[in-house]
Amino acid sequence: MGIHDLCAEERRRYVTRRWFFRDCGVGLGSIALASLFGEGLRGAAGSVAPGPFAPRAPHFAPRAKRVIYLFMAGAPSHLELFDYKPQLGKLDGKLPPPDLVKGYRAAFINPNSRFLGPKFKFSRVGKSGAELSELLPRLSEVADDIAIVKSMHTDAFNHAPGQILMNTGSQMFGRPSLGSWVTYGLGSETQDLPAYVVFSTGAKGPSGGSSNWGAGFLPTSNGGTLFRTGGDPVLYLSSPRGIDAAMQKDALETIRSLNQRRLGVVGDPEIAARISAFEMAYRMQSSAPELMDLSREPKSVLEMYGAEPGKPTYANACLLARRLVERGVRFVQIFHEAWDQHGNLTHDLKKNCASTDQPTAALIKDLKSRGLLEDTLVVWGGEFGRTPMVQGGGNDGRDHHPNCFSMWMAGGGVKRG
Amino acid sequence: VLFLIALSALVLGETAAGADFEQDVRPILSGKCFSCHGEKRQESGLRLDRRDTALKGGDHGALLVPGKSAVSLLYLVVTGKHAELARMPRKGPPLTSEEVEAIRSWIDAGAVWPDDAADARAVKARTHWAFHAPVRPKLPSVRDGTWARNAIDLFILERLEREGLRPSPEADEVTLLRRLHLDLIGLLPSVQQVDQYLEEIARDGKQRAYDAAVERLLASPHYGERWGRHWLDAARYADSDGFEKDKLRFIWNYRDWVVRAFNRDLPYDQFVVDQLAGDERPDADQESRIATGFLRNSMLNEEGGIDPEQFRMDAMFDRMDAVGKSVLGLTIQCAQCHSHKFDPLTQEEYYRLFAFLNNDHEEQRVVYTPLDLQQVADIRRRVHELEDGIRHTLPDWEKRLGEWEEQVKSDATSWTVVVPHLLSEADTRFYEQKDGSLLGLGYAPTQFDYVFQAVVKAPELHAVRLELVPDPNLPCGGPGRSIWGTCALTEFKVEAAAESEPGKKSQVAFTGVTADYSNPKRALESIFDDRSGRSRVTGPVEYAMDGKDETAWGIDAGPGRRNVDRNAVFVAEKNFAAGESTILTFHIVTNHGGWNSDDNQNNNIGRFRLCVSSSPKAKASSVPKHVREILDLPRESRSPAQTVAVFTCWRKSQEDLREVNGKIDAIEAGWPEGSSTLTLAAREEQRATTILKRGDWLKPDRSVTPGVPAFLHQLPAGYAPTRWTFARWLVDPKAPTTARVFTNRVWQAYFGTGLVDTPEDFGLQSTAPSHPELLDWLACEFTDGGWGVKALHRRIVSSSTYRQSSRVTPQLATLDPQNRLLARGARLRVEGEIVHDVALAASGLLDERLGGAGIFAPAPAFLFQPPASYGPFNWIDAVGADRYRRALYTFRRRSTPYPPLLIFDTPNGDFSCVRRSRSNTALQALTTLNEPVFFECAKALARRASAESGPTLESRIAYAFRCVLSRQPTPDELAELSSFYERQKSRVAEGWVNASDLAGDPATLRASAPPTQVAALAAVARILLNLDEAITKE
Repeated sequence: MGIHDLCAEERRRYVTRRWFFRDCGVGLGSIALASLFGEGLRGAAGSVAPGPFAPRAPHFAPRAKRVIYLFMAGAPSHLELFDYKPQLGKLDGKLPPPDLVKGYRAAFINPNSRFLGPKFKFSRVGKSGAELSELLPRLSEVADDIAIVKSMHTDAFNHAPGQILMNTGSQMFGRPSLGSWVTYGLGSETQDLPAYVVFSTGAKGPSGGSSNWGAGFLPTSNGGTLFRTGGDPVLYLSSPRGIDAAMQKDALETIRSLNQRRLGVVGDPEIAARISAFEMAYRMQSSAPELMDLSREPKSVLEMYGAEPGKPTYANACLLARRLVERGVRFVQIFHEAWDQHGNLTHDLKKNCASTDQPTAALIKDLKSRGLLEDTLVVWGGEFGRTPMVQGGGNDGRDHHPNCFSMWMAGGGVKRG
Repeated sequence: VLFLIALSALVLGETAAGADFEQDVRPILSGKCFSCHGEKRQESGLRLDRRDTALKGGDHGALLVPGKSAVSLLYLVVTGKHAELARMPRKGPPLTSEEVEAIRSWIDAGAVWPDDAADARAVKARTHWAFHAPVRPKLPSVRDGTWARNAIDLFILERLEREGLRPSPEADEVTLLRRLHLDLIGLLPSVQQVDQYLEEIARDGKQRAYDAAVERLLASPHYGERWGRHWLDAARYADSDGFEKDKLRFIWNYRDWVVRAFNRDLPYDQFVVDQLAGDERPDADQESRIATGFLRNSMLNEEGGIDPEQFRMDAMFDRMDAVGKSVLGLTIQCAQCHSHKFDPLTQEEYYRLFAFLNNDHEEQRVVYTPLDLQQVADIRRRVHELEDGIRHTLPDWEKRLGEWEEQVKSDATSWTVVVPHLLSEADTRFYEQKDGSLLGLGYAPTQFDYVFQAVVKAPELHAVRLELVPDPNLPCGGPGRSIWGTCALTEFKVEAAAESEPGKKSQVAFTGVTADYSNPKRALESIFDDRSGRSRVTGPVEYAMDGKDETAWGIDAGPGRRNVDRNAVFVAEKNFAAGESTILTFHIVTNHGGWNSDDNQNNNIGRFRLCVSSSPKAKASSVPKHVREILDLPRESRSPAQTVAVFTCWRKSQEDLREVNGKIDAIEAGWPEGSSTLTLAAREEQRATTILKRGDWLKPDRSVTPGVPAFLHQLPAGYAPTRWTFARWLVDPKAPTTARVFTNRVWQAYFGTGLVDTPEDFGLQSTAPSHPELLDWLACEFTDGGWGVKALHRRIVSSSTYRQSSRVTPQLATLDPQNRLLARGARLRVEGEIVHDVALAASGLLDERLGGAGIFAPAPAFLFQPPASYGPFNWIDAVGADRYRRALYTFRRRSTPYPPLLIFDTPNGDFSCVRRSRSNTALQALTTLNEPVFFECAKALARRASAESGPTLESRIAYAFRCVLSRQPTPDELAELSSFYERQKSRVAEGWVNASDLAGDPATLRASAPPTQVAALAAVARILLNLDEAITKE
């Protein structure tokens, strides 16, 4: 039995899903599971309209009421960001011991490739003394608000299946995504916006495509709605040319009136549901542009995030995520596909951190200052880690590594620091 | 109240009555006792999870004295009343008083521990209704004998009478006609068709007019489009591979096959068999092979760094899941990792089913239209005539052929096969084949220098032969990996080094090259454009050693002739052996692909073999490998086709036949291009199938042979382990679920919910059918009648049940909100495709052509570019009539589902779907209000109404209304729409909006319909298309 098998065996023994949800007090787990496995719970008396997205109260007071999941697609190098391995630095350029690579499956490299030491310096930050990379100066400022998990591992080591596994729990396509489960279980607290909103801000789209936020076998409407950071945030939001605001209003009133008549004749409650769907659509036509209009944010906030109104950036998506959860959106997910450093590790990590470190930290600070962090769970992470062995001749790349990677969580009752 | 209880029983399934072991006692034992006295541990020698060991007792003797709890060990220990033993359970809280009471009463009642309770599921399974073939039930008697038109009605009415309910009255004629159109062909009746129908009723009576309409619709080619689409959900049809690259794939021929199969009313058993094993049919033809695309609809991962075998296995799991859901109605996929938790399906049985499907080549096959096929037959006939002519004009042809054969066999250079290993970082994975060739699968970069290495022990080396080998797993059979199965060899370089001095490599200086075929010099096809602006060509084999990146050896002999083996021989005058043992490094440079490796732009080598020879005179053989293999057979044992192949090869080599060879070439140049489609073809050799521990392809367990689960009907002894066997088994009349599952899904499509509301699962976790006897009657009628699908539709739509009004009375809304009892007709929002088609049909824009490649219906461009899409995808909005094709033909890209369809709950084909959700959302409202095609429909409808109806405002609005809703507007509705119209007309006239934005180009409007009027009418039309009723089957 190789060392990996042994480690895996240990993990199997101690870390099970049941244990995680039962004993770890993970905010999201307790809210989602409690309400999913409970009966169809209704919200508190006097709450909003019925329907599949009516907010549902869980059995227990939830620690997290909403989630922002910053999905770092491509698999960021834990070895340069969160998981300092001084020993790896000492072994730099040496071949791994045979026991370590026995039975090791690599995507691209020959497993028997030389070790590559960490490319960046780490230091202890915050009261907790967490070790963070010099690439993350802003995150270091909120180090005491986040909980870093360095013991992640996964079954998948190709991007699409890896991402689908992280988002749906299975490498096989077809299962509902995390966000769709949460909205299925808890409904929505907004009538004007979709319950589950997704952004994609990387250099590419995520490898797993829209199935990363798909509804799987749950009702399609529980799937995430892809928002753009510029232009019409939601597809088909604007009235077509030739229909001005007054005509749209008049049209919607007429549609409503005719639908109402029909409801009177045939009595099908689905018509009532369609009437409210059109009302929500109408509200969305004004609420979504208002939501997207970052120019109304104070300059200090824009600067904190590094956001520039109208730009399709990760920074804008982070700020929009805060605006969305403020408005009652249950689950926001930002896919940032940029982290697949088979080569150009040093340069690309610098670039990626330059564009994501500040907005990510700003999101934590901003949520905290608004009192939202308490019951908003923020998750940061990718689909797997990167090899301690080098890839490529330039001594500047790492291959896919499913056996270890790092994530962090903040807020939502997660133990800090 | 009674009624409500009955309903809840209906929803929850039948509950067994009274206290018993399984229900009351076993849960206590498993919850409180098994951890110490179960499968893993048997403290005090006691094991309680099995009947035999439990009744035997443990170290402290027997556990139970039936009828006497007071002296039973079990009762004494759980109550703590035993004199010596501690209270049980020793760890954890004592049993609750209810639990103690359950045990006491169970013992006192005789402590009946049912037989076989060690696997109580087996008992349940044996009696589970769905695991027994349906038996034709007796028709129920009903009190009201006048309502029922056929047996369906008797079953429905009997239940309604039991619940004290009455059926609803029949829907009015126009509603019924619209309902029939939507149900049978998924389109609307035109205003003319409605009028004609009303005339027919007046003339022939209601019943005859109705029956005639049903027959007309069942005969319509749109029937196949409508019902084919249902099957395509189950078949997880999509036009792209899925996963990261999500490249376009060619499988629309399969989609069209499904449509054709429904249209020609292919019996369902044959329909299933063809899709599972059409290639293994004794009379297999192109059509039946296309059908096997059903299994090929699985997703395919070709991202970099993958192991193709892993994703072949994922595809296998997906195929099992699809067969389970679509045909068996069983959740067999659960047993991939472990024996089924509820149904009596073991993991071993899962892999025995799996073994039937595990023996195939994954083909991409060239197929032809009927017209093409005629052309091919014509070419074959003409070539045959000319070859016959040779036999007539050359009396000694046989002798010459014989001499040629001998010569070919004798002048063969001696070649040594070299099996190299890949040195470059593995983007493509190469698999060694039996003949020493390598087959490349997985990611295919468009520009790549594949570096291979091998050690050759030979003192003399003068030649290298590169053989390009066809393979059924390559596109169109290969030998390359381009979408046509071709490839282009940019450069071929070899370096030699002595094994003792591996670092001292020197490039082999080839002095000549020959090939059996090179295409004439020509520009590279546009799909291989690499955006470099260079002029790149393919042509003679010399291009592979000219050191130029722009030129490559091309092997494309044109359609019908390109997918054959090719070889090139590179010779060096100077011996390039470096001593006795030489390391040869081969560079196979394939840089003639396009700019985007995430698209179908590769022009790579597929399967190849390398040989070396000591002969400096070696030449490429003009006799292809497959012909050389025939020559090794004695003449009398060659098939007619093989004899022809030899003859053809011979005549091509004869100088004096140049003229006739030229004629034949010219004829063959007319071979149609055809299209390609994904199919399966059986491998000659069975793959070994093993159980996979926890369903992990890297953890094989013991091997299994093909076979079927014990709880289902059995195969005859001595069955062949083929897909054909499996397919026949699925549709065996003894199959308990097959007919029920299909009829149930058809029922679901009509009424919104199936008689079994879990169409994917008829196992022990399914809910009881609302009308079990009706389901069995439908299934028996279906199989006994020869599995006719149109007959099934006829049966359903001619029932009184189907023809009821769909009005939801307050009483029904409370008593049966889901309409499971069918005291009314179904009122349902139509499926996503039909939402789209309704708008097109109503507006007159619909292009009714059938079939063909997927259509890039207009969609926001950003969706197909990063970062919305992983890579850029060439989605070019359709123009002209294609823009308005039925949604069935909209290209299905898995990672970017077409939004207007996705928003209306159309599945994206990631996995088999036999039950769509039916949501009602704001995004749907935004789509029908604002999506460009819907808006185009509103504008077109306004023009249509202006052109086709009477001149008055009312007639125009009423006409548009009828185009969308089929019925006449009520006076109130008309008044409301008219006043809306007037308001918009004045807004347009006042210049608030531009008339041409709504009315289109004024120059194309009639004088009788000025732009302001048409514009206001377009605003009205937009309202009509957005009404709930517009997208609802009433």
